[in-house]
Amino acid sequence: MSDNEPLLSVRDMEKHFPVTKGLFKKQVGAVKAVDGISFDVFKGETLGLVGESGCGKSTTGRLVTRLLEPTGGKVVFEGEDITHMSQGRLRPLRRDMQMIFQDPYSSLNPRHTVGAIVGAPFRIQGIKTEQGTKKAVQEILELVGLSPEHYNRYPHEFSGGQRQRIGIARTLALKPKLIIADEPVSALDVSIQAQVVNLLEDLQNELDLTYVVIAHDLSVVRHISDRVAVMYLGKIVEVADRKSLYSVPMHPYTNALLSAVPVPDPKARKERERIRLTGDVPSPLNPPPACRFHTRCWKAQEICRKVEPPLAELATGHQVACHFPENAPDQTPAPAATAG
Amino acid sequence: MVTYIIRRLIGAVAMLIVISMVTFGIFFVVPQWAGATPEALASRYVGRAATPETVALIAERLGFNDPVVVQYGRFVKGLVAGAEYDYGAGVEQCPAPCFGYSFISGQPVWPDLVDRMPVTFSLAIGAAILWVLAGISVGVLSALRRGSFFDRLSMGTALAGVSLPIFFTGMISLVVFSYGLGWTPPGGAWTDFTVNPAQWAYNLLLPWITLAFLFAATYARLTRAGMLETMGEDYIRTARAKGLRENQVVVRHGLRAALTPLLTLFGIDFGLLIGGAVLTETTYTLPGLGQFAILAIRNQDLPQVMGVVLVAAGFVVVASLVVDLLYAVVDPRVRLS
Amino acid sequence: MNFLDVKDLKIHFPTDDGLVRSVDGLSFGLERGKTLGIVGESGSGKSVTSLGILGLHKGGRARLSGEIWLDGEELIGASSEHVRRLRGKKMAMIFQDPLSSMHPFYTVGHQIIEAYRIHNDVSKQVARKHAIDMLGRVGIPEPARRVDSYPHEFSGGMRQRAMIAMALSCDPELLIADEPTTALDVTVQAQILDLMRDLQREFNSALIIITHDLGVVAELSDDILVMYGGKCVEYGTTEDIFYRPEHPYTWGLLGSMPRLDREPTERLLPIKGSPPSLINVPPGCAFHPRCPYAERTKGKADTEVPALAETEGGHLVRCHLDRAERQSLWENEIKPVLETQ
Ligand SMILES: Nc1ncnc2c1ncn2[C@@H]1O[C@H](COP(=O)(O)OP(=O)(O)OP(=O)(O)O)[C@@H](O)[C@H]1O
Ligand SMILES: Nc1ncnc2c1ncn2[C@@H]1O[C@H](COP(=O)(O)OP(=O)(O)OP(=O)(O)O)[C@@H](O)[C@H]1O
Ligand code: SF4
Ligand code: SF4
Ligand SMILES: [Mg+2]
Ligand SMILES: [Mg+2]
Repeated sequence: MSDNEPLLSVRDMEKHFPVTKGLFKKQVGAVKAVDGISFDVFKGETLGLVGESGCGKSTTGRLVTRLLEPTGGKVVFEGEDITHMSQGRLRPLRRDMQMIFQDPYSSLNPRHTVGAIVGAPFRIQGIKTEQGTKKAVQEILELVGLSPEHYNRYPHEFSGGQRQRIGIARTLALKPKLIIADEPVSALDVSIQAQVVNLLEDLQNELDLTYVVIAHDLSVVRHISDRVAVMYLGKIVEVADRKSLYSVPMHPYTNALLSAVPVPDPKARKERERIRLTGDVPSPLNPPPACRFHTRCWKAQEICRKVEPPLAELATGHQVACHFPENAPDQTPAPAATAG
Repeated sequence: MVTYIIRRLIGAVAMLIVISMVTFGIFFVVPQWAGATPEALASRYVGRAATPETVALIAERLGFNDPVVVQYGRFVKGLVAGAEYDYGAGVEQCPAPCFGYSFISGQPVWPDLVDRMPVTFSLAIGAAILWVLAGISVGVLSALRRGSFFDRLSMGTALAGVSLPIFFTGMISLVVFSYGLGWTPPGGAWTDFTVNPAQWAYNLLLPWITLAFLFAATYARLTRAGMLETMGEDYIRTARAKGLRENQVVVRHGLRAALTPLLTLFGIDFGLLIGGAVLTETTYTLPGLGQFAILAIRNQDLPQVMGVVLVAAGFVVVASLVVDLLYAVVDPRVRLS
Repeated sequence: MNFLDVKDLKIHFPTDDGLVRSVDGLSFGLERGKTLGIVGESGSGKSVTSLGILGLHKGGRARLSGEIWLDGEELIGASSEHVRRLRGKKMAMIFQDPLSSMHPFYTVGHQIIEAYRIHNDVSKQVARKHAIDMLGRVGIPEPARRVDSYPHEFSGGMRQRAMIAMALSCDPELLIADEPTTALDVTVQAQILDLMRDLQREFNSALIIITHDLGVVAELSDDILVMYGGKCVEYGTTEDIFYRPEHPYTWGLLGSMPRLDREPTERLLPIKGSPPSLINVPPGCAFHPRCPYAERTKGKADTEVPALAETEGGHLVRCHLDRAERQSLWENEIKPVLETQ
């Protein structure tokens, strides 16, 4: 982790989707998909964003790339506040911030050739490369491990992993600085998943890219990330560098998540002590008050239902939002107390 | 669920208001934009022999010189509360719903419409029962025996049914079954159900079949497509995995899901038909709303045309309202929204 | 003879593009109270196999051959009606996507009651009691109330619990779970896996769990069958497969997978290329276009289909390399790379 200016900086970002009801579509509530999250992404690093379905990972990705407009908070990219920037002014910035989507099947237009798909960003942004778009596209195809002859072929002629490579090639076309990858490998087979993970890592080294990788698979996130943020119901509950997050997880939810991952080692199933959560994730429409995890947390006490734990730095670079963290002393939330 | 019903009701009423505006616009406002003077409109009410002075007077009395909004207000008031007309020869009461008076007969339009309704209702209901039964069973069988001789034969016939115009099939069947074989009356015959049910059905048989053939063809094709799709659903596999008999899988799990989307279509089709099975009624010279509409158009009898259009639109709106409510009963997921 | 014995099962589908050999000569056995894990990539024929055992291909265009013996009865030659009676009662199935696998128009209770009454001649009230009881047993809170909910009113985990309740309602002796947790979150997946393990102990049924997640099979299985291109390429106890794997494809799967229980590796070791088309299965060893050791098999890799040969103690491997070479490759080249970093 570097000390310089973050490439992307998010402060108290919120996205509430209004919920309407009745005859006159009166707003009766809001889906608090993202509810006040803050994090930084530094140049050249990979930030992993994990959490269960519906916790707001994709929404976060769409907010920072401004495919959605935040309802609160601030998003700063390269020192520029883009929170409410108009689409017109965002346009040049879009070159620098690209998104990779989960589904390699539906995110490619079946009627366009690979050349047209990968070349489209050039045209949309009105860029004329000297060597001509074709040459540039073929170079990118080679970079992602496809062959230049694939230029005139159509997406359906490719396998899932190859399609995801096409998606990545399209993303790379404009030499972005930041890539948000939303579940880039979860639709792929294990063997193909590994190919794409390796490709993402190679490209990062070669092109000096910065990634935010959104995924629900904790092992993939650990493999690819430098730092990891764990989300639960629209909040970040823990952020740390990967080593401390996976070896000394502090938030009870992180502990439960890690304990739930099935381990491909038959001996471990007997030895492992398990933490089993009961129930499902509550609805983001009516999230539990104060600590949102208290309905499923085995350490929950009265205070957890009353006072929301702040995201506090309990070790260097290790922030946790919990009153009674694991692997760390209890956080006495009395007003005068000094945390740590 | 209650909010859903209320919302749909309000929607239906709003729809009716829009329809009345559009109808009113087409028959009264557009001609004026197109250059017709209030006098030209009024002249239709008094006949060709009237002097220009009389026409001007009538135009004034009928309110054709008033702003459009006032005219529309009066029109709606007539529909809801009835109206009084003053042709100069004394005031006439036109009870609600007042669609005005026929240019030709001078009779109020509404009672005439009401008179015609049983014919159209009989035709539509009978045909609907036939086409639903035939269309669905043929569609289901075709889907289950996909690619078989039966499938190809019935889908070929259905294609013909969809593409052949009804006056064509109607004429052919008249020529063959009535004039040729003499099995059915040669059209124009109408007996009220209350008078003699057997005669009623006998007279309507040929129109029913002709009309049903057209719709059955569409329904068979849609049922087949719907069945093919649903029978590939995961929950059908689950039903089979439970050990359910195949016929129960088809009826309880497949058919119910396959037919639900057809409900909407049925509502619209049926509503439209109630508004007048124009071609069928003309072909068989049945005194229903469709025939009424044709005559009215031919005579340029504006109040009658407008009446029949509004009534037809009303039926469509009501039918689709009923269908939407039924839909919510059939598909629990709809109730959520 | 085992409780379940599948012998040389072939399931082929004639299509416009050619014959799809989805399952091509599969054999395995399973005892009551034991769990078999079937792993393999997408399209390797896992689901087709399980549907084949349940007799759900009958009446379709599939061509089946081979034998399936369940509790001493042969099923492929049996009448459809006979197999239907066994379905749901003697053998039951849990599917991947619990939302699309339940009928959206019927309540969860209705669907369980239906399953129960197909095989048990009881009144609706009795069946309803049973449904509530089953829902309670799979851990649905307030079962007496939730029995009247529709599937869309349940969360993903609860739906899968309800599916399990439905599958277990007639106390089946063979339960096949086809990717039962793939659509679920990790914390819910852990709950469902625990539930399945407990229920299997309680009912002493034979369980087949189909998945592409090696972690899931490691948690549940006694034996593991690795499928590739419609064939079994390796079969053995869970220990065999994880500690002494002998097939290059199994090595590939293990190397592709980032693991939480080890120090993170620098790089994953993916298998090159992509899974084969089942219409044009590569000649010889179906894995040879992707196999790094293909040249070592003296030109046989692309001409001769390797036999599924027993190495020791029921561990079966389908590869032309000789055993000593495979063992030395694993011990000296693969295992150190997987473990040390
Ligand atoms: N446009 C929208 N309108 C209303 N609610 C929305 C909208 N988009 C997302 N949500 C809700 O916001 C919450 C977070 O959604 P999001 O897609 O960000 O989750 P996620 O973490 O990406 O989940 P997954 O792992 O399933 O992709 C969900 O409850 C979702 O239903
Ligand atoms: N009815 C069918 N007609 C033709 N081909 C079929 C049919 N059913 C399955 N197949 C083919 O058989 C092959 C094996 O399919 P199967 O569903 O068993 O794969 P799987 O191993 O379960 O994969 P996944 O992990 O994606 O579920 C696939 O290539 C599939 O396209
Ligand atoms: S604050 Fe309380 S409820 Fe929340 S995670 Fe920590 S211990 Fe659990
Ligand atoms: S037979 Fe040859 S190609 Fe096939 S797995 Fe063994 S070594 Fe690889
Ligand atoms: Mg998402
Ligand atoms: Mg499958």
